[in-house]
Amino acid sequence: MTQVYDEAGVLHPVTVVRAGPCTILQVKTVETDGYNAVQIGFEDVKAHRATKPRIGHAAKAGTKAKKFIREIRVDELPEDAVVGASVSVDVFEGVPYVDVIGTTKGKGYAGVMKRHHFGGMPESHGTERKHRTPGSIGGHATNRGTGPKPKKGKRMSGHMGDVKATTRNHKLVGIDKEHNLLLIQGAVPGANGGYVMVRTSKTAKVKA
Amino acid sequence: MSQELIKIASAGSRKETLPEFTIGDTVKVHCRIIEGDKERVQMFTGTVIGRRGEGVSETFTVRRIVNNEGVERTFPLHSPKVADVEVVRRGKNRRAKLYFLRDRVGKSTRLKELRGPTKAEREAAEKSAAAKEAAAEAEAQQQADEPVGEPEPAEA
Repeated sequence: MTQVYDEAGVLHPVTVVRAGPCTILQVKTVETDGYNAVQIGFEDVKAHRATKPRIGHAAKAGTKAKKFIREIRVDELPEDAVVGASVSVDVFEGVPYVDVIGTTKGKGYAGVMKRHHFGGMPESHGTERKHRTPGSIGGHATNRGTGPKPKKGKRMSGHMGDVKATTRNHKLVGIDKEHNLLLIQGAVPGANGGYVMVRTSKTAKVKA
Repeated sequence: MSQELIKIASAGSRKETLPEFTIGDTVKVHCRIIEGDKERVQMFTGTVIGRRGEGVSETFTVRRIVNNEGVERTFPLHSPKVADVEVVRRGKNRRAKLYFLRDRVGKSTRLKELRGPTKAEREAAEKSAAAKEAAAEAEAQQQADEPVGEPEPAEA
């Protein structure tokens, strides 16, 4: 992340996202696929690192195999949605807020305090060897009734992170058309250099 | 790659020329204050006790004593609201952070004044001196290259 000043001299913390140029690889229609969608690809993969099906699929759009491919479902296909056409940051012009979909940083096998914000046990007052334990995970009278198993969905330790996550209602602070950059206020899911999907916010209420 | 993108993105928010001052200097910070549609400049005078961060996020802290109470203000170096930083007096010190000043009161909060040319001035002087020397050398070279006037034939 970095910081930028706007015209009023207000400092905004922003994440810089390179968004494009993307290429439209496939256009799905109700007639052929049962629904309308546009498939776009970002960033080339070297031919020797891509599989032949991926190279072939991209070749139909007249480009090299793409690293990051996503499908965008639409109710009605826009007229300029043609296979092989390029999509750049221009589509975000005038958009006030965006949502960002990415894959969070993996944290490995994490305990309940880190994973679910459990409180843990006291550090002293006689507590021994169970400072970060979850405590009881159920007993005789749990909602499952009597039985040998804990309730379904019981929060426990386990793998944390590396899952799809959406952060919503980021202010779109700026667009750099020359370098295809979006300046998105706040932090977005994933590690530095990771891949994310940016879309016009579905929930943000725009103040007139 | 991501660092490069950050540089590109924040380039527009950076000041092209930064005011020159170092830690220990007594400075006047010219703050732009916007009240309604009027803009005026207010001064904050004090000692620079630290600088932190890099690039567009760099900030500096100025400490002064108001009514026997220490006041510290941290300014973003690249903020358009910081119009100028004027050095009033240069202070001599060997530290990057002058937090020890917080424990001091009265006369002991003053730093020794640093006299003589600043680093920038020294560099400029060196440059001009070097240029002068080079010019003199070139002239000397030219003179040496010129054929020495033949001794005038003695008149018979």
